[in-house]
Amino acid sequence: MGPNRTYLLIAPAMLVIGIFMVLPLFLAVAYSFMTANPYGGVTAPETFDAYLQFLYQRDFDDSLVFSPSYALIILRSIYLAIATTLICLVLGLPVAWYIVCQTPERRRVLLFAVTLPFWINTLIRTYCWILILRDEGLANGALRHAGIISNPLPLLYNDGSILLGLVYTFLPFMVLPIYSTLERIDPRLIEAAHDLYASRAAVFRRIVWPLARPGALAGATLVFAPALGSFLAPDLLGGGKKLLIGSLIQMQFTSSRNWPFGAALSTVVTVVVLTVFVIRSRKAQEERR
Amino acid sequence: MNGAKPFDWRHTPGLSAYTALIFLFFYAPLLILVIYAFNSSRLVTVWAGFSFKWFVAVANNGSIRDAAFNSVIIAIVATIAATAIATAGALALERGRLRFGRSAATALIAMPLVVPEIVVAITTLIFFSGLGMHHGLINLMIAHTVFCIPFALLPIQARLRDMGGTLEEAGRDLYADEWRLFRRVTLPLLIPAISAGAIMAFVVSLDDFLISMMVSSAGSTTLPVYIYGMMRLGVTPEVNAISTILLAVSIVFVAAALLVGRRK
Repeated sequence: MGPNRTYLLIAPAMLVIGIFMVLPLFLAVAYSFMTANPYGGVTAPETFDAYLQFLYQRDFDDSLVFSPSYALIILRSIYLAIATTLICLVLGLPVAWYIVCQTPERRRVLLFAVTLPFWINTLIRTYCWILILRDEGLANGALRHAGIISNPLPLLYNDGSILLGLVYTFLPFMVLPIYSTLERIDPRLIEAAHDLYASRAAVFRRIVWPLARPGALAGATLVFAPALGSFLAPDLLGGGKKLLIGSLIQMQFTSSRNWPFGAALSTVVTVVVLTVFVIRSRKAQEERR
Repeated sequence: MNGAKPFDWRHTPGLSAYTALIFLFFYAPLLILVIYAFNSSRLVTVWAGFSFKWFVAVANNGSIRDAAFNSVIIAIVATIAATAIATAGALALERGRLRFGRSAATALIAMPLVVPEIVVAITTLIFFSGLGMHHGLINLMIAHTVFCIPFALLPIQARLRDMGGTLEEAGRDLYADEWRLFRRVTLPLLIPAISAGAIMAFVVSLDDFLISMMVSSAGSTTLPVYIYGMMRLGVTPEVNAISTILLAVSIVFVAAALLVGRRK
């Protein structure tokens, strides 16, 4: 296939994604420097107001007052995304190892079972936890039935339920990349280590973990990035009371009608996520060398 | 060491029980949803016998039918467009000679997978409103096509890489021109992968919530957006029933993609 034909074939994909996805990202950056229109949308003049809003609030007399509430939401989102990533790593690594240890036939079935949740609507997967955690839900019902509690425990609408929803949503993203690096493990390495009297812990620390690390790194980016911008878990399981960046951005385009601030927030999220991905691919290249 | 039991690194004590627990964590909540959907009581958590009545109620709900119709139309258009674009793109990436721009093309095509959904949602909204495009369904079709492309592309690209270029070279040796080569050799070999990619794109489009919510307007509500609206009002048996239907559709389609894609 000649170069001309090649570029002709790749052009539709690049044009569609370039025009309808990358261009809008830049448009959002431009919007973040504009002034909010009270009915949605933006108008001139260009300002830094949207970014100042991260740390300051404009008072009635137009003076800036330090107000960290938005910065705290951003920090809380980052903290929850990191916590989600770590929990997924701890929960997912043993599962990936277990699958690697199975026969090829069983591996295929187990891999399908890990992948399937990814294709099931996140909205529905998140909603399931409302059924379990709400005051009249399954968990409280069971505890009350067992006579352990008399009043329902507040299981829903807190950081714990958000974290649970995030881990539930993104755990497959951690298992799969770790599995695909561990799959290539050479069994003779482990047998050799055992012949040299390495304990299980030593085998894990000296052989399995170093081999799993690139996969864990890939998994960590795949979990962290969407967790940072997640909307459904904080919205449905956090009750929308405790905001995270995702719901804060969404609000700016619905109820709050502050498009520049929403655009500024989404620009920051994009920059953070892309930076994480770039660092990761750099690291992956280094490890390959 | 323990001479009685030979060392078997494939067996770690307790690991199978642990993995079973994780799979329980994955699937028990979905099972609970399905069970509740068949509960005849309006009080979702109190079991009052098996019943299909909430599915009947969902089927008779005009708004749900309209939303489902929108979703299917959007998914069909987005699937066809994304699969065609992805097939061409995969051929270029695997069989073409890209002297420059290969990594740029790969990075660009991966963008919809990398950028958080909420960002895609609001930037698309900004883009369409900036252009003054308020075409409801058409806007949604375009937005869905964009994020379906990488999902359709991955299986096709993987298949092209797996099958190598030997058959195509054989065809070329027999003086087949490029178009005949594609029609008679490459395309027939690719059909399973293209079908698998198309099914994946269809499921991703059908399930999309966040982007659809921000881009859709009054007349173009999709099914997940409508379901979200119902969920906001509270837990009802109807939500359980419609969620169960959507769940079943996803599972059937993904299983189909797996079966079709494996066929060589």
